[in-house]
Amino acid sequence: MSKARISPVRSGFVHLALVAYTIIALFPVVLTIVNSFKDKNAIFRSPLTLPTGSSFSTVGYETVLKQGDFISYFQNSLIVTVVSIFFALLFGAMAAFALSEYRFRGNTLMGLYLAIGIMIPIRLGTVAILQGMVAAGLVNTLTALILVYTAQGLPLAIFILSEFMRTVSDDLKNAGRIDGLSEYAIFFRLVLPLVRPAMATVAVFTMIPIWNDLWFPLILAPGEATKTVTLGSQVFIGQFVTNWNAVLAALSLAIFPVLILYVIFSRQLIRGITAGAVK
Amino acid sequence: MGSLQLKSIRKAFGGHEVLKGIDLEVKDGEFVIFVGPSGCGKSTLLRVIAGLEDATSGSVQIDGAEVVNTPPAKRGIAMVFQSYALYPHLTVRDNMGLGLKQAGAPKTEIDTKVAKASSMLSLEQYLARRPSELSGGQRQRVAIGRAIVREPKLFLFDEPLSNLDAALRVQTRLEIARLHRSLKATMIYVTHDQVEAMTLADKIVVLNAGKIEQIGSPMDLYNKPGNIFVAGFIGSPQMNFIEAARLGDTQAKTIGIRPEHITLSRDAGTWKGKVVHVEHLGADTIVYLETEKTGLLTVRLFGEHKFAVDDIVYATPDTSLMHRFGADDRALG
Repeated sequence: MSKARISPVRSGFVHLALVAYTIIALFPVVLTIVNSFKDKNAIFRSPLTLPTGSSFSTVGYETVLKQGDFISYFQNSLIVTVVSIFFALLFGAMAAFALSEYRFRGNTLMGLYLAIGIMIPIRLGTVAILQGMVAAGLVNTLTALILVYTAQGLPLAIFILSEFMRTVSDDLKNAGRIDGLSEYAIFFRLVLPLVRPAMATVAVFTMIPIWNDLWFPLILAPGEATKTVTLGSQVFIGQFVTNWNAVLAALSLAIFPVLILYVIFSRQLIRGITAGAVK
Repeated sequence: MGSLQLKSIRKAFGGHEVLKGIDLEVKDGEFVIFVGPSGCGKSTLLRVIAGLEDATSGSVQIDGAEVVNTPPAKRGIAMVFQSYALYPHLTVRDNMGLGLKQAGAPKTEIDTKVAKASSMLSLEQYLARRPSELSGGQRQRVAIGRAIVREPKLFLFDEPLSNLDAALRVQTRLEIARLHRSLKATMIYVTHDQVEAMTLADKIVVLNAGKIEQIGSPMDLYNKPGNIFVAGFIGSPQMNFIEAARLGDTQAKTIGIRPEHITLSRDAGTWKGKVVHVEHLGADTIVYLETEKTGLLTVRLFGEHKFAVDDIVYATPDTSLMHRFGADDRALG
């Protein structure tokens, strides 16, 4: 970029805006982590100061690890998130491939129908979903959550992936057909690797709401064996007394798995982008 | 082996008819080129032959066998695409061998065939590389190699040189011509570049708006164009078309004369005119004249000539090489 085009004032404002946004976005996260290492008095007396020698305490973490089965909560959250992402990506990509690759009657209409879920929140159907799960005997199972989250993730996956799949060269797919690849092989071996950056984007967008969701675990799987982390943390929030140490510690711990997943996906994202640039 | 027969092929997308009844016969070992302006249906026709598009009606026969219901992989064809269409995640070796691998050929057979094809195209040292590590010309050679390895009855080329720069284009053109001679295979080649068509083809098929305008050898089309479209499409610079009435010919509607069949003189000649523009190409000099009788006229002279804009010159056509076209735009005998 040429120097002449960047005025220091303008770039100053840009940086100011970015720094302000970063602070606003990180503030609650930092506050949560900082306060999770303080004793109860310090949390209330000076919530904004860092833990000092006298106020430092890991009592929250101790409570979390002792009380309740937090390892199992984490496990449930991870299983639900990973499996839901897997199915949402798999079925979303398949539907997107069909919509972008094949000409059939009602193609556009089908695409619109599948994308409607982006505009209508799935929670509107909670009662019907609960009735369905009860009838199917799936209440208090992780399967119930996985089914709901897969359905919740599909519209966005189909919408984004079908746009990306349209950009995959027709010649490449036709070369595969001439070489005798089946339509499944073309999908899995030619198209999917080329839309990997888009898959990573969809995975990130799908993952966060699933991990953070409290609504469906509370309604569909509140049993002890199927509790997720967000639901599990609720035991420390009472009507009259809230164990803030424990709540903050649980939330701080809950950040890490999702952070790791994000790092994995975002590496894919960046690799995909650079691979496209040099090609 | 390697003949092709098309009978009244029609193809419509929605209500729009792209191919309007194509009949064509290609003999074993022929190099046939489909040429025509953009949107004339030449690529669609190639795709119908390959089986990548279904014709709305008509029959496609390869070696006498009807293949309309045969999937592309089983038609005994290989195709080279304009965009190379190499598998980005496979090495050159795997790119070339994939077709045979899918057909269930033993590994040793695949290896020998890949080795043979890569030595033909001097690709041996690149076999372990991926397409992204190759230049454009090398990629297109790999794509051609992938076709050779399959030992197809029909080679189909879809504008294979369009993405290459001018020097590479000439080089790859020679390579394709050499391949055709050594493999003696039937090749069908689509291009919009008439130079490629003239230099490579045994037989050129000129397509326009979904119909075949004329089929013939390159020199047939050059010397005896069947109608105005072919006359204008084959040859560069384009043939001059003059209203016949202005030259006193009452039977024909249009008179055509190629730029290279006109001579110029400063002293005397048939048509007096003024030079509008001159292009010096070294081997050729292209002179654009505005004459009273014929309007704008393009003249191609061999070698260097010192004409300048606004010079008054006389143009003389070689009357034995004039083409006459009737009211229906067809050539008059």
